[in-house]
Amino acid sequence: MSEPRTLLDKIWTDHVVCLLPGRLPLLYIDLHWVHEVTSPQAFDGLRAAGRGVRQPGRTVATVDHNVPTTPRGTPITDPIAALQVQTLERNAQEFGIRLFDIDSPDQGIVHVIGPELGLTQPGMTLVCGDSHTSTHGALGALAFGIGTSEVEHVLATQCLPQRKPKSMLIQVSGRLGEGVSAKDLALAVIRQIGTDGATGHVIEYAGEAVRSLSIEGRMTLCNMSIEAGARAGMVAPDEVTFAYLEGRRFAPRGRAWDEARARWRHFRSDPGAKYDAVVEVEASPLAPLVTWGTNPGMVVPVTGHVPQSNELGAGEAAGVARMLDYMGLEPGTPIEKIRIDRVFIGSCTNSRLEDLRAAARVAKGYRVAPQVRAMVVPGSQAVKRAAEQEGLHRIFQEAGFEWRESGCSMCLGMNPDILQPGERCASTSNRNFEGRQGRGGRTHLVSPMMAAAAAITGHFIDIRNWQFR
Amino acid sequence: MQPFRIHTGRVVPLDRANIDTDQIIPKQFLKRIERTGFGEFVFFDWRHTPDGALDRSFVLNQPRSKGATVLVTGKNFGCGSSREHAVWALADFGFRTVVAPSFADIFATNCAKNGLLAVVLGEKEVSDIMQRTTAAPDYQLTVDLEQCRVKDNQGFSAIFAIDEFTRHCLLEGLDEIGLTLEQEAEIAAYEARRQT
Repeated sequence: MSEPRTLLDKIWTDHVVCLLPGRLPLLYIDLHWVHEVTSPQAFDGLRAAGRGVRQPGRTVATVDHNVPTTPRGTPITDPIAALQVQTLERNAQEFGIRLFDIDSPDQGIVHVIGPELGLTQPGMTLVCGDSHTSTHGALGALAFGIGTSEVEHVLATQCLPQRKPKSMLIQVSGRLGEGVSAKDLALAVIRQIGTDGATGHVIEYAGEAVRSLSIEGRMTLCNMSIEAGARAGMVAPDEVTFAYLEGRRFAPRGRAWDEARARWRHFRSDPGAKYDAVVEVEASPLAPLVTWGTNPGMVVPVTGHVPQSNELGAGEAAGVARMLDYMGLEPGTPIEKIRIDRVFIGSCTNSRLEDLRAAARVAKGYRVAPQVRAMVVPGSQAVKRAAEQEGLHRIFQEAGFEWRESGCSMCLGMNPDILQPGERCASTSNRNFEGRQGRGGRTHLVSPMMAAAAAITGHFIDIRNWQFR
Repeated sequence: MQPFRIHTGRVVPLDRANIDTDQIIPKQFLKRIERTGFGEFVFFDWRHTPDGALDRSFVLNQPRSKGATVLVTGKNFGCGSSREHAVWALADFGFRTVVAPSFADIFATNCAKNGLLAVVLGEKEVSDIMQRTTAAPDYQLTVDLEQCRVKDNQGFSAIFAIDEFTRHCLLEGLDEIGLTLEQEAEIAAYEARRQT
């Protein structure tokens, strides 16, 4: 009998084109997503070398990072951003690549629309010039972020020379409590293993708590893998995955669907498969979490406080003092006492329908605190339409949230949605780095429910005590 | 790509862990569509006060950094966003190599594609270099990719590991896309196999 293999082993072996002595394994890429920020130099490189795109049919583009979230049809006021968007349009046309442009009904954040359109499928290899490509691993694909030189490499060859990453199993036992979401689980994992805890590894999330997440929740979890340093995150496909994919526009249909589903069932780790690292996480004791520092590992339960110096490890104090100075926080401050100015509900981490439903359920019947400006940015046009069909936009608008158009928006503030210096934001995004949401801006990462509740009370509050209306 | 064989240069210490690519090149500079001209924006928000003046207390603004080519820094350097602009900015500023206890994966790959050598040394060795360079602003290091060794002329010497393929490409300044295209027959055969 052959050696038991991990999910990573199986996808990897399926995609190794060849293995020449003195070279890295050459990995075939099934699907390549391209966006406006990390691709212009790659297309220039192709032109300079007289090379084409090897598989335009395996390449898909959209605009998300730079696009304004004000009503469509208003021009991009930043001329440099506008040029980047136009450059992608021109490149897509020149090289024959499908583009979901700013006016497309399918436009959205790359990592939201890939799964939504059924383009992301189990067992695939998928890359994009964006670190949060790990999101697509929720469907059982090996999906990872690459730099612009690698974007050019994939455009030209549909392959990447890659060292095989190590494997890490994150086994999550038990179930998440009421009010505790996939976002909290993702933050708990980073807290436990550190922001470089999974460097060089592909994480496979498994266990009861992961199985009981929806595909959208699994996307949130896989999305944040990069914040623990991982190459990718993934969840083996199961019935939940198949139910999610069935009937989506680019998913196989009819007999092809049955065949695909039979093939996909094989993409799971064999019993007894060996991982390079195994981490165990218990779901049931987890509380909703809030970050207090300037990296996603600096996180405590909402019932906790900003750490005191005697609670820190040796060598941490200097870095933490710097973080707290940037964040404008005093050691020992209870998290629930931290007042906020802004709320951002959106990003490839938390902008899907389930996220918006969770936030709307909290907001329903309430008003945003007078000093808070809160915005909801759906991940895609399709998410926006679906939310409007359910009337979620009205709940948000009646509560005083801004209801915007789709894009990356204030997750990284490349468009006009940014924090002003010193502003404090409860954000459902993925990075609380210095200046990430605007220079001098102070970001606290939370789940959509926690963000909505903070918008209403004007400070962080334990969502488990919320009076839903 | 510019080959990297043996390089000697002045060292800049940046003694912080987990420096993310948002710090190396803030987002407002990602809208350019060229690969060049990012050097003046490297660590922009750390080099400038909020009112736009140069912050003289930041090491890259001090005379010692002028003409320096070796950056020594803390663990997990280059974490976060995949933006290759971070590497373009460091290289355009004049850095030829970065020495740290560890690098984030995508950043390390981006370095290799641009002839910027990412050298991984032990925590102790990095802290030793950090002390030496902090004490002597004109401190120089030699990074030798042929021998996989970092040394100074005062007795410091350490070897580093790097995978053979990356080393080969850097030493020769190879076009990796060209190398992959040499395997055209294998790629075509793989594609044909997948379609059946």
